[in-house]
Amino acid sequence: MRYLRSFGRFWWNFIVGDDWRVAAGVLVGLVLTYVLAHNGVNAWWLLPAVVALVLAESLRRAVRRG
Amino acid sequence: MNAGSTSAILVVAGAFLACAVEMVEALTIVLGVGVVRGWRSTLIGAGAAGVVLAVLVAAFGPALQSIPIETLRLVVGALLLAFGLQWLRKAILRSSGHKDMKDEDEAFRAERAQAAAAGDERRAGLDWYAFTVAFKGVLLEGLEVVFIVIAFGSAQGHYALAVAAAVAAFVVVLVAGVLAKGPLSRVPENTIKFVVGLLLTSFGCFWGAEGAGVDWPGDEASLLGVVAFFALVSLVLVRTLRRRRVPPVPAGAEA
Repeated sequence: MRYLRSFGRFWWNFIVGDDWRVAAGVLVGLVLTYVLAHNGVNAWWLLPAVVALVLAESLRRAVRRG
Repeated sequence: MNAGSTSAILVVAGAFLACAVEMVEALTIVLGVGVVRGWRSTLIGAGAAGVVLAVLVAAFGPALQSIPIETLRLVVGALLLAFGLQWLRKAILRSSGHKDMKDEDEAFRAERAQAAAAGDERRAGLDWYAFTVAFKGVLLEGLEVVFIVIAFGSAQGHYALAVAAAVAAFVVVLVAGVLAKGPLSRVPENTIKFVVGLLLTSFGCFWGAEGAGVDWPGDEASLLGVVAFFALVSLVLVRTLRRRRVPPVPAGAEA
């Protein structure tokens, strides 16, 4: 069980890292893009915009925390 | 230059730089342990980790090519975005002075001190401390490279190019380390990580959106536009955060 937990923690740190909100934001951006693209809107601009906002917000939080 | 060769160049640049910067960190660990504990067990540990990494690349890379390209790009894009944003975020924090720069000389000194203080346990005829630290160090630093090589290679169809770029970086860093006989502290690690983070984020965004069903205007040519957009965003963020940084108060200034 201990190995399983540390294995899970390793992959969490590897992929998600310091701020889980970044990974969550990326997921939301991809889901929105998928929904729009499959409803006739070629939303190529959406994901870059979401990623830029998510990054800026994550940095703002990191700087505020110090 | 056509769009296909542009993306191939970016794949090679990303894999080469990512491997080089992780190799510099692994080299610091291996040198720190090897100098204090001796080279035999240290090099066996580093070599064993290298074999594990090579097996991972050989096993997962071709296996992923049987997955439909749209699904692969969606999953790989999402993972690269989450992963690349970690690199970019840290690089921006370091460039703007909100996080300390990585100091390979300091890491080397710390590694040497720990190696000197560790006990003398022998297993299978090896200095177990030297073996495990070298093995873990190379494996953990190398896993990020394996992930990047597999992701770049499988989603863009440039698998051999990505592997060749990583191997070239490995050789370059190894030769530089042997010539320098010490940690490569003059390598601009943060700048390289900044560029790698930028490329990972751009590729992740491009493939993720494409996998979600988007048609990029200009097809692969728009990848350069995505890179330029995130470069601009990152530079603006660095400048903004630099201005927000409170300068340290000199001792006695409050009196």
